[in-house]
Parts: sequence; structure tokens; C-alpha cells
Amino acid sequence: MMLMKNQIIKLLSVVTACAAIAACDADFENPVQGNAGNSGDADLSKFVTIGDSLTAGYADGALYKSGQEDSYPAILAQQFAKVGGDANFTQPLVSDDLGGLLAGVIQITDNRLVLNLTDPDSPSPEVVAGTPTTEVMSNLGGTYYSNLGVPGAKSFHLGAPGYDDGAGILAGTANPYFVRMASSSALTAGTTMITDAATQAPSFFVLWIGNNDVLSYASTGGIGVDQQGNPDPSTYGSDDITDPTAFAGVYAGLVGALTANPATQGVLVNIPDVSTIPYFTTVPYNAVPLDQATADYLNGLYAPYNGGVATALGAGSAETIKRTINFTAGQNAVIIEDEYLTDLSGGGLPSMRQATADDLLVLTAKTEIGLGGGTAYALGDNFVLIPEEKALVAAATSAFNANIKAAADANPNLILVDSSAIMQEISTTGIDYGTGAINATYATGGAFSLDGIHPTARGYAVVANRIIDAINDGFNASIPAVNPGDYSTIFVK
Amino acid sequence: MKIKILIIACMCLSGSVYAGGYRVALQGQKALGMGHTGVAMSDSSEVVFFNPGAMTALDNDFDISGGVTLIDSVIKYQNKTANVSAETDNPVGTPISFYIAQRHDEKLSYGIGIYTPYGNAVEWQKDWAGSHLVNNIELHAIYIQPTISYKLSDTYSLGFGPTLVSGSVEFNRNLSTSLIDDNGNRSNVTLKANNVTAIGYNIGLFIEPSEELSLGISYRSKVDLRARDESADFQNIPTSLQAVYPDTTFNADLVLPAELTIGVSYGLSKDLVLAADLNRTYWSAYENLDVQFNNGAGTSYNPRNYNNANILRLGAQYAMNDDLTIRAGIYFDHSPIGDGYYTPETARADSTGYTAGATYKISKRMELDFSLLLLEFEEFNGSYDYYDQGGTLISFGGDYKSSVTTLGFGLNYKY
Repeated sequence: MMLMKNQIIKLLSVVTACAAIAACDADFENPVQGNAGNSGDADLSKFVTIGDSLTAGYADGALYKSGQEDSYPAILAQQFAKVGGDANFTQPLVSDDLGGLLAGVIQITDNRLVLNLTDPDSPSPEVVAGTPTTEVMSNLGGTYYSNLGVPGAKSFHLGAPGYDDGAGILAGTANPYFVRMASSSALTAGTTMITDAATQAPSFFVLWIGNNDVLSYASTGGIGVDQQGNPDPSTYGSDDITDPTAFAGVYAGLVGALTANPATQGVLVNIPDVSTIPYFTTVPYNAVPLDQATADYLNGLYAPYNGGVATALGAGSAETIKRTINFTAGQNAVIIEDEYLTDLSGGGLPSMRQATADDLLVLTAKTEIGLGGGTAYALGDNFVLIPEEKALVAAATSAFNANIKAAADANPNLILVDSSAIMQEISTTGIDYGTGAINATYATGGAFSLDGIHPTARGYAVVANRIIDAINDGFNASIPAVNPGDYSTIFVK
Repeated sequence: MKIKILIIACMCLSGSVYAGGYRVALQGQKALGMGHTGVAMSDSSEVVFFNPGAMTALDNDFDISGGVTLIDSVIKYQNKTANVSAETDNPVGTPISFYIAQRHDEKLSYGIGIYTPYGNAVEWQKDWAGSHLVNNIELHAIYIQPTISYKLSDTYSLGFGPTLVSGSVEFNRNLSTSLIDDNGNRSNVTLKANNVTAIGYNIGLFIEPSEELSLGISYRSKVDLRARDESADFQNIPTSLQAVYPDTTFNADLVLPAELTIGVSYGLSKDLVLAADLNRTYWSAYENLDVQFNNGAGTSYNPRNYNNANILRLGAQYAMNDDLTIRAGIYFDHSPIGDGYYTPETARADSTGYTAGATYKISKRMELDFSLLLLEFEEFNGSYDYYDQGGTLISFGGDYKSSVTTLGFGLNYKY
């Protein structure tokens, strides 16, 4: 009996031992873990980024703290540090996640947007409640920040004196974000964005500038002026398109300042086609539902206009047809102002017509349409980007991008990242990032935040991965990518 | 000497219990030692499951056997594009089986079986990369099968048993790839259904053309578990969506597919028996795992579209002496999952199961059974392409590598 018991124990232990031997974990042939990566030929020891809101990490209509923490420069710096790069990357973090700015005690910019889904059929972005605590008039202390992303900055602002002077905020010659973060303080002389960048003597930089040189014109429906032919930015209004010649000069100066040390390496990012972003693609030109009675009523209102136009321009002429307003039962195109039409204001006829698929209504037009804009009265110029305006934007963008590409081509230490192609991909096929996908659909697509212009943290992560890809290709490196799925998208109230 | 051979056998085998999908093939310790063959075996009351027709062919008038199996399983996931990896922390599963076979007279035997042929216990880290598909799932289905077997002739014997099935499931996943509440917590839903009952049957024909040769065929019917008005608990919902996603009830159907097995066993000598089974599992019945919520969430469509799949099982048993019998087996399990339908809750590629087992006779009437299974899944690059996010189908994929080890113990009492 003892013997038998021993045998059983032995048998049990053998079986258990066999199980233990066999139960070795399943492992991948090529595990992603343990692939540490390396920086290749890239010198990432001092990393500086300079640009506008996209570089700052702006999203949902504001610059808020967690957005900054997920900015593409922050993501890049985090991944660079994994391959021995700059571990001291700094950002001028705002004080809270509301994102609004105070100048004195006055709130000068709105808090971030959240999406209210109480009525699922009509999701509406709204400004999140709360009193912000970020005071722009108290400078962060005269230090140099690695991330010099300044919301609102245009190309020529990077070298503009006074851009750090709080006294110029109201006049528009200074930028509150830069006033707060500039290395200058009350005690020191003024500085510029590019000086703050170059003074840090980066070994590696990212320059992404020029978006606002076209975007501020486009996002205000083209109320500004195309300044092509006027090389003096000091004469521009805030919503104008920058002259390509002026841009070329400014851009060469920026790249020159950043590469004063010829060993400096960097990434130049070009400018997306603004017409691909949800700010311009969400509100349809023809989505005003009318019943027959309302259509008849409106047609009655516009009959004198139609008659006047026909008289002035000739019945059946191309422009008369274009300007003839006609509502029907069902979905209708909105009426918009069009300053490119023949000026008949002398006869009391405004320059207006019904929109077509070629007109891009801006995101903020939705509220205006709800108030009667486009039916009871024409939507103002600031709510729509018409084909003539789109062409100006496209021409300037293309000129700027040719310039950026030439700058990258001219210096073997610089590479180009084609953000225009990335945004095009997001807005057409979407981008599958491996564990999910984003596209440019407003609110649900995951790529764009609630302002319809700036990416979500997830969108920024996709951009960061593309920049990492380009650096890996261009500098023989293998910097690890991030999982965009780990980054947030929009915020629902 | 015996032990040395066992060790060698184990070492050689380091390298069937789970089958594709959520079938858990661990229904008998003796059978498992032989690659989970058994439709043409008649060596214990395990036949109640494997082939009810074989009950009349048991040597003893009364045979009771029971066992428990410990399952240690892991699924690893990685995606090179997103530079992300994850692995499950699955609880140890402990499926049981229990069978009684009683001879009534020369022609008729009756018995009962309790077993758990379907189940799943997968636990990913909460909010991992695929959390919109599954965070964790635990599925159990207990079958209770009263059975009779009748000897049609000296050669043919037929057995039949209705199965009363009770299923329970708990399933949690995030509502989307991104939705969070005010505190940044991911919005998710937990589905819970307990004791969903359904009826099926198990029928088998056992053929003994000669002393050495046995043939068997068995068919276990499909069972449809229909969960109705079970609990759906929505958590971490943003304020403005709380009216749309209150806690509610849900309806869902889960199919436990039918299985046809044919097999043969052959006594090569007095001590050595070889067995081979071919299973066909009718997984094509598993078309979807649609969940209809009774709130604003509507219906969640989750197509699965599995394919019917075969498993080839081979096993041998050798009586070392009067007290000790050892077993070994291997099986080849073909995954029922088609391209684009590879989900992380049942991430199972083609696999090979290596099994070993032993029976030690404690006394004339009592036997102690052991089994060991190593189930190696092929490394597989797969994706699930049918997740609907705001009207756009988005894909979740990557490399998967799974393995399962089980260790089973059983007792068999007979007289």
C-alpha cells in the first residue's frame, strides 16, 4: 500500500512536471516588444519645434493642457527619448483643461468645445463651462520652450518684433500665446519666435508654418484680401492671403536661422489643402428642407430680385440663370452672397445667388441657416468659400508648398513631410492605423476635433507616426511609432 | 521504468482540447489522453458523451467516472504598424465532466452525463487596443444528458440522450474606439445572462464487427441559446448621452453548433489500442453575435460567418501492466474563422494538440486518470473587418499567437 501511494505521488509529479515544462508561453517570432529602435543618422539630442496651432496641440477651438500633452511635438519627443533623444523637451502648458485665456481678468478666448448629444439627431458642439485660469499677461519666466507652437501664427509672425509684447494684444501686433511663453520677460528685451528657436541651437527641428497664411482667409469665407503682389506683410489684414513672394522670403529666412549650424537636421512640413477639412465639408450647400407653401412664399419674396436681374443682365443670360432664385418642396440650396457677380447694387439688387456643390459652407454656417440664413436672407460672404476664393487659396497653398519642397530639397539635412497628402488621405479613404481607423467625418470620424479644423489627439498621433516614418526613412533610423488608438478623439458632454 | 517512459513520452510531446471557436474539447480524461478520440472506444462511462451507443459495450455493469481539468490559456496580440502588444490574463478554467452508465439487461443500458463542451474565458487588459471588440468574456454551457443505449444486434448498438443545456455569459466591451465620460473613463457595456436554457440531443451508433475492431458514429445537435431580456449595464456614459444609453435589457442568440464524429479503434494486440476520429463541427451556424438593446443603442451587428471545420484526432493507449495504462495522442484542428472575421474573443488559428494520459488502477474497482494537453496555435496575422463605427467599417487586426495547456484528473469506479 505504501509503495502504491508512492507510485501515485510519483506519477502525479511527473504529470505535473510535464505540464509545467510544456506550458511555456506562446511567443511571436518577431515580437514588437523588445524592439528598442535607434536614432540612426539623426541627432535628436536637442529637439525644437516651431509653428502654429497645429504644432501647439490646439484642438476643439482652444489650447488646453491635455491637448498640449498629446501634441505631435510631445509625441515625437516621447518617442525620440526612447532612442536616446532629447529627454528635456518642454512645452508652455496652459493652466487647465478648459483652454480659455485671460488677459488681466478679461477672458479673451473661449474654452474648448464639447459635443452635446442630448438630441442624437442634432449633435451640437458647445463651449465647455468654467472660468479659465491661464493668464497670458504673466510670462512663464523667461525660459526657452522646446515647443514653440503659437496658435494663430503666420509665417511672417515668426520673425515679427513685438509679437511678444503684451501691450500689442488688443491691436493684433502681439499674440497672447507667445506673450505668455516668450523667453523675453518684463526685465529683458523683446524676442521673436524664430530667435527663441534658434537660440536653443537645436540639433533637430520640425518647422510647420504657413497654414494660417491661407487658412485665416478660408475659414472666414474669404472676406479678406489676396495679397499676391504685395510683399509687405505689415500692411496685411488678419484674414488676408500672404503674398507667395513674401512667404518665400520669410520661409528662407526661417530655415536659414534654424540651420545656422549646417549640421542641424530637421523636418519641414507643408500645408494641407484646407478644403479637405470638415470645417468646409460638413455643412451641405443644399440641405434646407422646405414644404411647398414655404417655398412658394420665399419665391414670392425673391420674385422682384429675379425680375430685376433679368432686366439688368438679360433674360436667359448665363449670369441671370445663375442668379435666379427658386425654391421647391424638398431640399434646397441656400442663398449666398457672391461678390464676384456683376455689381447691381446701384439698382438695389444685392450680389447673391443660390449655392452649388462647388461652394463650401463653413461649419459655423449651420447655426446661421437655422436662423433663416440662406432662405429669408442671403448667407454672408464670411459663411461660404466660393469657387473664385477656393482658387485663390489653392494657388497660394500650392505656391507655398513648392517653396517648402524646394527648401527641403536644397539641404540634405532636411526632409519634407507631405501633410497635404496625409490630410488628403484622411479625407478620402481615411487612415487605418493598424488597430482602428480615422476619417474626416465631423465628430464621428476621429481625425478632427470639434472645431473642424484641428486634429484630435488621435489625429495628431497619426501625423506624428507619419513624421516618424519620414525620419526613419530619411535618417536611417528606427524610431518606434505610437498606437494612435491610445489617444483620445472628441469629448462628449 | 514506467516513469521513465512517461517522462520521455511527455518530453516528446512537448510541443486536444480546445477546438476552433469556443468549443472546449475536454470531455473525458481517458479520451483526452488519446487525442480526445472516443467515438469508437468503449472503455469507460465517458462513452455517454463520446458515443451513447457504446454504453451497452462496456465491460462492467456499472461505471461512474468524473474528472476536472485545469485550463491555462493565453492569447498574445501585437500590431507592428501601431507598435502595440497585449496579452490575456485569463482565469484558470476548470471544466468538469461526470458520467454514469448502468447496465439494465443484456440489451439495454442507461446512464447520465454532465459535461461542458462549450465555453470561453478570455480576459484582456481593460481598455486595451481591441477593447471596442472585447475587454473580457466568460461563457459557460453545462449539458445534462440522460441517456439510453440499446443493443440492436451483436454488432450494432444505438444510443440516444436528450441534452438539457444551461448557458451563462458575461461579456464586456467598450462602446466605441474612443467614447469617454467627463472623467476620461471609456464608456462600456457589460452583458450578463444566466441560466439560459435550451434542448438538444446526442445520438450515437456503435459497431463491433470483430473483437479487435470498433467503429462509431455520433451526432450532437445544434443548440440555440436565446437570451431574452437579460441585463445590459452601461457604464461611464457621458452626461448628454445618459438618456440614450440607460441600463437596459438585451436579446441575443448564441449558437452551440452541431458536431458529427466518425471514428475507428483497433486493438493491435491485447495491450495496444489505436484510435482515430474525424470531427466535423457545423460552425456555419454561427453567423453573427448580434445584440439587440432595448434602449437608444439599438442593435449591435457583429457578423461572424464561421465556416464548418474538421478535426482529425489520433490516439493510442498501451497497457504497461495490470495497473498502469498510458496514452498519447495528437489532433489537428482547422480554424472555422474566415478572413476578416478574426476577433480577439475567440482568437483561434489552426492548431495542433498533443496529448498524453495515464490510468493507474488503485484497486480492482477504482482507477485514477490523468491527462495532459498542449495545444499550439499557429502564429496568425488576422483581422476583424466588420466593426461598424458611425457607418464606417473599421478593421482591427494584427498578429495573434495562442496556446493552451491543460492538466486533468479523473476517477473511474466500476464493477
